[in-house]
Amino acid sequence: MREYSAYMLLRNALTGNRDWKPAWRKPDPKPSYDVVIIGGGGHGLATAYYLAKEHGITNVAVIEKGYLGSGNVGRNTTAVRSNYLLPENHRFYEHSMDLWENLSHDLNYNVMFSQRGCLNLAHTPAQFDDYARRGNALRHEGIDAELMTPTQIAREVRGLDLSGSQRFPVVGGLMQRSAGTARHDAVAWGYARGADRRGVDIIENCEVTGFLRDGDRVTGISTTRGEIRAPKVAVAVAGSTSRVMQLAGIERLPIESQVLQAFVSESLKPVLDTVITFGMGHFYVAQSDKGGLIYGGALDGYNSYAQRGSLPLVEEVHAEMLAMFPGLASVRVLRSWGGICDMSMDGSPIITTGPLPGMYLNCGWCYGGFKATPASGWCFAHTIARDEPHPLNAPFTLDRFHRGMVIDDKGQGATPNLH
Amino acid sequence: MIITCPYCGPRDSSEFVYQGEDGRTRPDPASTDQAAWNAYVYDRVNTAGEHEEIWQHSGGCRAHLRLVRNTLTHKISSVSMARHATVPRRRRKAETPA
Amino acid sequence: MSPRRASSGGLIDRSRSIRFSFDGQDFTGHPGDTLASAMLANGVSLFGRSFKYHRPRGVLAAGVDEPNALVTVLRGEAREPNIQATMLEIYDGLQVVSQNRFPSLGFDIGALNQLGGKVLGAGFYYKTFMGPVFGPLKGTRFWMFCEHFIRHAAGLGRAGTVPDPSRYERMNAYCDVLVVGSGPAGLAAAKAAAATGARVVLAEQDARLGGCANWSGGSIDAQPATEWAAGAAHELAGLANVTVLSRTTVWGYYDGNTIAALERVADHKATPRTGEPRHRHWTIRAGKVVLATGAFERPLVFPGNDRPGVMLASAAARYAAEFGVLPGEKIAVFTNNDGAYASALALREAGCSIVAIVDVRGELSAAARELAVRTGAEVLTGRAVTGTEGGKKLHCIQVQGFDVVTGAITGDARSIDADCLLVSGGWSPVINLASQAGARAEWNDRLQAFLPPKEAEGWVGAGGFNGTFALDAALAEGLAAGSGEAGETAPDPAGDLDMSPAPVFEVTAKGKAFVDFQHDVTADDVRLAHREGFQSVEHLKRYTTLGMATDQGKTSNVPGLAIMANALGKQIPDVGTTRFRPPFAPVSIGSLAAERYGEIRPERLTPMHDWHLANGARMYSAGLWHRTMIYGLPGETVEQAYVREAKTTREAAGIADVSTLGKIMVQGPDAADFLDRVYTNIFSTLPVGKARYGLMLREDGLALDDGTTWRLGELDFLMTTTTANAGKVMQHLEFLLDVIWPELRVHLTSVTDQWAGASIAGPRSREILAACVSGTKVDNETLPFMGIVHGAISGAPVMICRLSFSGELAYEVYSGAGHGTHVWKALIEAGKPFGLVPYGLEALGTMRIEKGHVTGAEIDGRTTARDLHLDWMLSKKKPFVGSMMMDREGLIAPDRLQLVGIVSLDNQPLNGGSHIVEQLDRDRPHGSVGHMTAACYSPALGRHIGLALVKAGKDRRGQRAFVSDPLRRRFGPVEIVSHHFYDPEGKRMHG
Repeated sequence: MREYSAYMLLRNALTGNRDWKPAWRKPDPKPSYDVVIIGGGGHGLATAYYLAKEHGITNVAVIEKGYLGSGNVGRNTTAVRSNYLLPENHRFYEHSMDLWENLSHDLNYNVMFSQRGCLNLAHTPAQFDDYARRGNALRHEGIDAELMTPTQIAREVRGLDLSGSQRFPVVGGLMQRSAGTARHDAVAWGYARGADRRGVDIIENCEVTGFLRDGDRVTGISTTRGEIRAPKVAVAVAGSTSRVMQLAGIERLPIESQVLQAFVSESLKPVLDTVITFGMGHFYVAQSDKGGLIYGGALDGYNSYAQRGSLPLVEEVHAEMLAMFPGLASVRVLRSWGGICDMSMDGSPIITTGPLPGMYLNCGWCYGGFKATPASGWCFAHTIARDEPHPLNAPFTLDRFHRGMVIDDKGQGATPNLH
Repeated sequence: MIITCPYCGPRDSSEFVYQGEDGRTRPDPASTDQAAWNAYVYDRVNTAGEHEEIWQHSGGCRAHLRLVRNTLTHKISSVSMARHATVPRRRRKAETPA
Repeated sequence: MSPRRASSGGLIDRSRSIRFSFDGQDFTGHPGDTLASAMLANGVSLFGRSFKYHRPRGVLAAGVDEPNALVTVLRGEAREPNIQATMLEIYDGLQVVSQNRFPSLGFDIGALNQLGGKVLGAGFYYKTFMGPVFGPLKGTRFWMFCEHFIRHAAGLGRAGTVPDPSRYERMNAYCDVLVVGSGPAGLAAAKAAAATGARVVLAEQDARLGGCANWSGGSIDAQPATEWAAGAAHELAGLANVTVLSRTTVWGYYDGNTIAALERVADHKATPRTGEPRHRHWTIRAGKVVLATGAFERPLVFPGNDRPGVMLASAAARYAAEFGVLPGEKIAVFTNNDGAYASALALREAGCSIVAIVDVRGELSAAARELAVRTGAEVLTGRAVTGTEGGKKLHCIQVQGFDVVTGAITGDARSIDADCLLVSGGWSPVINLASQAGARAEWNDRLQAFLPPKEAEGWVGAGGFNGTFALDAALAEGLAAGSGEAGETAPDPAGDLDMSPAPVFEVTAKGKAFVDFQHDVTADDVRLAHREGFQSVEHLKRYTTLGMATDQGKTSNVPGLAIMANALGKQIPDVGTTRFRPPFAPVSIGSLAAERYGEIRPERLTPMHDWHLANGARMYSAGLWHRTMIYGLPGETVEQAYVREAKTTREAAGIADVSTLGKIMVQGPDAADFLDRVYTNIFSTLPVGKARYGLMLREDGLALDDGTTWRLGELDFLMTTTTANAGKVMQHLEFLLDVIWPELRVHLTSVTDQWAGASIAGPRSREILAACVSGTKVDNETLPFMGIVHGAISGAPVMICRLSFSGELAYEVYSGAGHGTHVWKALIEAGKPFGLVPYGLEALGTMRIEKGHVTGAEIDGRTTARDLHLDWMLSKKKPFVGSMMMDREGLIAPDRLQLVGIVSLDNQPLNGGSHIVEQLDRDRPHGSVGHMTAACYSPALGRHIGLALVKAGKDRRGQRAFVSDPLRRRFGPVEIVSHHFYDPEGKRMHG
């Protein structure tokens, strides 16, 4: 009787909600597993879930330093989309989209995936052509995209300044209707519960302190809760990637950890029905089901592990917000927070075997990791189970940078804070 | 964050542009050591803690500064002119410890 | 007189009345009232509806900690939702409406949600709404169907959709000492700091300075505390080194003691003064911060604790003392500490009747007993309130025996009539700002509260913030904090009440007991979270939404933690506390945008901007610049205009404003060497008086930018960059010089804004220059291709370089920016006999496509020199930036996107952003091999043409393909050709 359903809710309500069981167990770590995944965030948990579900590998531990989902899966702006320019990216993210569309059923956990669309505003004819290039790239892969005129936009988005008299008039937009938002915490909890039900041990409050080695080969990890052996050790720790990999002797990676702020406004009655982005800066906003506007902008732009942002960026984000929605000036921001993003040198992720034997690496999510969660876990599980990447993540190698095979959606080069 | 520019004095971080991790060595222009070039362009230590990095005072004197800044606390423990650090013959009077 | 207003007392001005409306009904109050105090004075107890169950709610607190009484303020068409009635000062004509109710506050259909009761417990939505696996509602459809209704049921106030006409403003301040909070400790700190001569800023979130001195009684320096506070405030306001900011909430503590504060300048006024902003956003950079932010009283958790009429004891005392408002006639008190006794006595003295004091503790202190006697109340020790009755207003409470150790309820319930219940569950110091600054809170068992750490950097605490509640001790701490000297030993607090509570947070009995009032999180919800494993404090918060409402858990965090700790059998500090994040209290978005509200970015205008506008130019944005798109004649379409401009330029002459090009002076003994290092081609061989086209790569070997660089002297070069990359190139060069090659003796100066540039192109351009340039000849001998001359036009000195983007005989004429329009007009005048037309970026783009020149659409950060057929510019004689990186395998792969020309074969226009396919499939477009970067109608060729980046494009030249643009439904046959459409030999520009 562990399936969640409306019936279960009613039945439990009648017994005073006293019979609900923990969503996942809190086991002590065993001495060894087939696979150990470091990182109990969205990607690590999804990896464990798909290892069990798709590959039948259930003797798996997920090791989390703090509480489950305490990283970026619990502190992002919840947008889910696949409207990337480059084929390597949009094919991967579209696979994620396919998984998202059935995720609540798959997990028997409502992750509230809401396909309310994502609209990128264009402010110059050149930018509109650029969006057309991207939209057409998507359409040629069977991914949905449409261009919208200001008149069409006005019909769908209330309160947007389309007067044409502002500093950067809206000349059109690129809409992806299948895009949307999901409830971020629920994704972590849903994957955790799903993995746990298939036998995966999720071990919280357990910090990795080192790697067990047999020559080059990684054979396990040492943690604050003892040594754990495993022939396969996977790392999915986002902003902490460099710190964890340094424990394995990998001193340098094409990764910088930078802080990204996010914001939520006070709760409002529905005012915004889509995810929308500003084209003459870096700003994105959606409204949560609870009513808060959830939004963010660019990175603060420097290396940080502090999860705290700076004031100038706060001001910039809100200035951009009002450039789009001047009616929101008297709405108030309720809370801000910072997450540590693992910025890669081309803005695209790394999902690969290695770099040491017995090791698997998943990182470089920049600030796009939330929407990738299902596909990242799915591809990483494949890579771990088969010891080779799936074609979808085959381009996301670690050596692509040195080899000049970068996947640079924004064309910014090795300047992580601009991706 | 406030950065004390050796020329201009304490200024808000919004006047500066981050130019990335210091301590990477750019190979000699004539070097053909491909691995060294690759490492210079792409690889980072990404220190959690005291981090050596370069900022440009783009909204001020435009000098490049070498900072030691703790990436866990954002506390800056030293600022110096990048140019002076590498050219010892030059005058160093503008340099100040932070 | 209002029914609940005392005839005297309080700090309001009874001589004047203020009229305001709530939900369309008119009320009156007095200057000094908040909406909450004025409504309470009018006998109103119902202020709003809760988030989930739409339960009727009154006012719980008197300040920024209020979770219940949220309203929307109307200002014309603009709306300001979710304003706390306790923080809203009334003014004449104030219009307020209630929120989250339909059809009315009194009768709200949403209250039916209460029937859902236990089904709608914490996290219920994660467990249902997944919908069917098959059928029309499969996938996400069922959820999205439900979501529509859930969204409309959720949410509090409504936001405005018309622009807010208010003005917002930013202010910077620098001070030695910032004092946050103007209670006794804060005032003492500010006075002490001011006395040292320091620059002091004192920020108080309320309108009136004084904090608890205004309502908690006591005396300071032998005067009533209220009077002392008023005197201190007056004194501080008169000091030149002190800035007093009232109505100013310090909300953010950022790195380097950068403090953010919001001043509500005009919210309390019917009409702001001329030029006065509504809000002012302060950035205060402080040497030291004194945190004197006081403490919040906590409610107790028991069934029915959310009934309108249940109020924090200190809040009731404040309503009585500060506003002359009696929150009830028959008042009961429920407490776990002595503090509430003082509040009860204050209300008794203000004229209320205290019917009972219910105390969970079995034994009372002597001080409490003495106060209790003076209130005349029946004192019920070892008892607890286990229920409340009343619909939208409290009528009576149920009291039962309570074991303070086990929490067990004993005996039968006794009913006590009361229309107001004061609750006190102890005090939580307001440590939010310290937490933002990185301080870890420490649990204090005596006070049952999290206190700030003793050691701190950048700030020092005083008073209630430190858990120091005795007045004398708080003053001493303030004095020490402000003066920067070690304080005297705190005086013995024997005379003061001991504020330490019994460790009781919840009374467990039948019925909904609320922890987070606004979000309707009950004690059972916390226990459900525990049962389901959401036990870490962050999981608790996220699963139940405890502490995530607009009040951010100011009253609910500690009780919630305590209930979780109890369920876990742990101590509270072992469960932890969440880190406080900015802002401390909600901040208007307008204030953060400040002067950029309505003016997000600066505008860059060329010197000739006004001329363009006066001559029919249509402008568009290029980065921050405004540039001319076309100079339209009456009745012309954009296409007709640019075709005419380009055609005339090729046939006669055209002139374009190129002032926006980036311009950098590169000077010094090593300038030529430097240019050799940064450009792919060689500049050291360039003779003085000549220009050369150059290409730069990034360090990773991809193309960065192109432009011409002019050698003006042996050691002087003028580099030009594309408009878009001017800043990026400058930064790139500065980095190389400053960090990588400091030994090079080169100086860089950005001169983009110093020079105005006009490009004059076309077969008649030489004749036009000859007609107006003095001081130099412009014939082919004197001014050959890529040559530079100096002269004057209409008396203004100019520098002319013969170079061409259009492919025609062409010149760039540079003059000082101040002469820009003068020279431009002179050129226009001189050109008249030759048919000269001004042309905009569209015509410029057309001519560059015809010539196959690249711009940012092709140098897009993903292309190499080879991709763009610029291999000829890659010197093999020297290393340059990117030379060792440009030949890596990924960058020389044969299937890379390469630059080609595209010709429309169906004589229909082409679109930038179209893709190129080998097989056309209109229904299921697929197989993209590249995309068009630019397109135009070419008047020179009489065809629709464009440039494209196509996989292995070099090998496809001469092949047929199709454009596929499903977004705009444009499909058609094209031919892939060389990108050099027009005059590939360059005869015209060399002519």
